[in-house]
Amino acid sequence: MLFLAQRISALIMAPLALVHLVLIVYAVQGGLDAQEILSRTRGSIAWATLYGLFVIAVSVHAAIGLRAVGQEWLKLQGTLLNVLTWGSGLGLPLLGFRAVYAVVAG
Amino acid sequence: MIKPHQKHSLWLAALVHRVSGIGLALFLPFHFYVLGLALNDTATLDTFLRWTEHPMLKVAEFGLVLFLALHLFGGLRLLALEFLPWNPAQKTFAALAAALSVFIALLFLLKAI
Amino acid sequence: MISQPLRNNAGQLKVSVWRGDESGGRHVDYDVPGLESQTVLDVVTWIQRHSDPSLSYRFACRVGMCGSCAMTVNGVPRWTCRSHVRDVARSNLLTIEPLRNLPVIKDLACDMSAFFEKWDDAMGRFHPTATRGDDVEPIRPGSIGRREADAGIECINCAVCYSACDVVAYKQDYLGPAALNRAWTLVNDVRDAARGARLRAVASDAGCHSCHSHQSCTTWCPIELNPTASIAGLKRQSALAILTGKISLDDE
Repeated sequence: MLFLAQRISALIMAPLALVHLVLIVYAVQGGLDAQEILSRTRGSIAWATLYGLFVIAVSVHAAIGLRAVGQEWLKLQGTLLNVLTWGSGLGLPLLGFRAVYAVVAG
Repeated sequence: MIKPHQKHSLWLAALVHRVSGIGLALFLPFHFYVLGLALNDTATLDTFLRWTEHPMLKVAEFGLVLFLALHLFGGLRLLALEFLPWNPAQKTFAALAAALSVFIALLFLLKAI
Repeated sequence: MISQPLRNNAGQLKVSVWRGDESGGRHVDYDVPGLESQTVLDVVTWIQRHSDPSLSYRFACRVGMCGSCAMTVNGVPRWTCRSHVRDVARSNLLTIEPLRNLPVIKDLACDMSAFFEKWDDAMGRFHPTATRGDDVEPIRPGSIGRREADAGIECINCAVCYSACDVVAYKQDYLGPAALNRAWTLVNDVRDAARGARLRAVASDAGCHSCHSHQSCTTWCPIELNPTASIAGLKRQSALAILTGKISLDDE
């Protein structure tokens, strides 16, 4: 069922990534500074939801994608392959939620 | 390294999708870590953000935006290929996805410098 | 119409042929006289008749109907009988190897067993709903299902697509483009009784969802079939069947 998780996470991410892309181009004008970013994100439930969902979807998507790369290009199997899959699948949301918490609540 | 039977544009599109995906996956932990600095170390975050003003870093960011756009639009082509009725214009769609991605990444670069 | 005069000699061809068996092998070079109109199969036959009678290869019809003469020509899987030297040789150089992704028996002849067994694994056999006592079922040629089936039905099992597929190379048990294309023609056949079981068979870990849509199968198919489109159809139908609970992959 990994294929289904890969497609569903992609469908969830597509609009989120579009928003992110527009935001990147918009926000970079005039340079980035912490205050500018945080004034936008602090206390915003909308940003928290958007990026929280993004973190979940990207973690699933990246873990399954890296698993395929590990199998096909690095010829990994067994424990090593599972370490790659679960390492990315659990590591990314850990760091990701910390980042979302930091810019929204911190 | 690319074998003769792989020398066609849609195989190249698949390679671009994979390479951009790997690039994004490797970048994400770093991206998350830096944002996490906002939690209790806004000063370090600002030092880092000033460091990214360096022209070479802007070029690296251009690469990341390009990867994100390529993976997004290339991925949308694949989702359409898999979930919508077959459309024979796959090469055209792949070329459009690439062109749109380069356009957005260049737009980013022009806004950034 | 302007006809080109047939020249007996269009220069010498330098032909590098893979010789060996399942334990390994190497490339052996042959000089073959070039002709104005000459297929790669003609070249292989010339080598066997004039240079080395022990060269093994497989062919039957010589006109693109039987699907037995496929080999790797300058790195690309092709029907050798329908590949003209002037179209595929690079400055009179030809490299001829057995098909990729299949075990070699000897020289240019591969063991096709796994390829055909996967047709069975993908439920490539027709499961009839009617008996010989029933009337022939009228099928409208323009119906959507029939058009989908017709688009893939002309496959002659030459294994060019199987040899061009990177996923087969990555994943030993992947069913491959030909078997999945066959399954798609049957999924669209209203007379077939095994639709659910077939969707379940192709939705397995070795099935359609492993396809990366590289489209190498479609690029190199000698009769321009589109296995990628067939596999995309299977992906849609089997995903829908899983999501609506019509098939389940749980007990795998």
